[in-house]
Amino acid sequence: MAEATHAEGGFPVDPMHQFEVHAIVPIKLGELDLSFTNASLWMVISALAVLLFLGLSIRGRALVPGRMQSMAEMSYEMIANMVRDNVGQEGRKYFPFIFSLFMFLLFGNLLGLIPGSFTFTSHIIVTFALAIVIFLAVTAIGVARHGTKFLGLFFPHGAPLWTAVILVPIELISYLSRPISLSVRLFANMMAGHILLKVFTGFILLTGFIGVIPLTVLVGITALEFLVAVLQAYIFTILTCVYLNDAIHLH
Amino acid sequence: MELEAAKMIGAGLATLGMIGAGLGVGQVWANYFNAIARNPASKDEIGANIWIGFAVTEAIAIFSLVVALIILFV
Repeated sequence: MAEATHAEGGFPVDPMHQFEVHAIVPIKLGELDLSFTNASLWMVISALAVLLFLGLSIRGRALVPGRMQSMAEMSYEMIANMVRDNVGQEGRKYFPFIFSLFMFLLFGNLLGLIPGSFTFTSHIIVTFALAIVIFLAVTAIGVARHGTKFLGLFFPHGAPLWTAVILVPIELISYLSRPISLSVRLFANMMAGHILLKVFTGFILLTGFIGVIPLTVLVGITALEFLVAVLQAYIFTILTCVYLNDAIHLH
Repeated sequence: MELEAAKMIGAGLATLGMIGAGLGVGQVWANYFNAIARNPASKDEIGANIWIGFAVTEAIAIFSLVVALIILFV
């Protein structure tokens, strides 16, 4: 293995190299770096993939749907049910955003499993941008709907007043930690999964013939990564619905 | 103690946080099986929700992994 000596400590694969963001089309506005990077490229690919999947599948408009149309309809129905069950009737106007969020994250996570591609959700800045926008929007929706009564979210409902001294800071901190936990959950799952895949690839390259064993494990882990990709997109979306429900219905 | 050695030890210690998360994830399915044993008809209804419990509990394990990685590489 000629490349085994190049990487640090003789391990043939550098697991962190796959997360490097480099500019494809450099665009600089003074001090501001607005380059079109590989992360941007894969976000565009993910969005186009969603558009193509939904647009082309619905094209036939058959009353009895075929395979592709059935998949598109099932994804619509699943998210519609999720919004209805978790947010209620008032949540229907937020359905387009929730649906776009879910499909974007789902396709982003899944496309990242293609060898050689870039997982844009494995960067904290991407997931944090999504999570902070959701957090601020949900808080704004809550304040717009309830005014100052929105602060009742942090006061316990039936508990005696003296416990409020301890409970209110706890509730406040738990509320403020929502964007952090939401973003770190997705980012860390994606990053850890891809590092794991790269490390096992390194194991295969290190061992010669016995590399069949890490190869079998790698197949299993790739299957697990597919599950994690779908699950994390689903969890992000359903937690957004739960937070929206908290703001609209104040417990 | 050198910085590198301290980083390694710190990263190793940080992963001890996964003990709790491992127990928690086991609890999710243990209670699922208990519930099915008591009421087999509720299998599908609960089965749809165990994944949410799993992901939220797993997130704690991931947080401890992130702390370990930050100690090692930042």
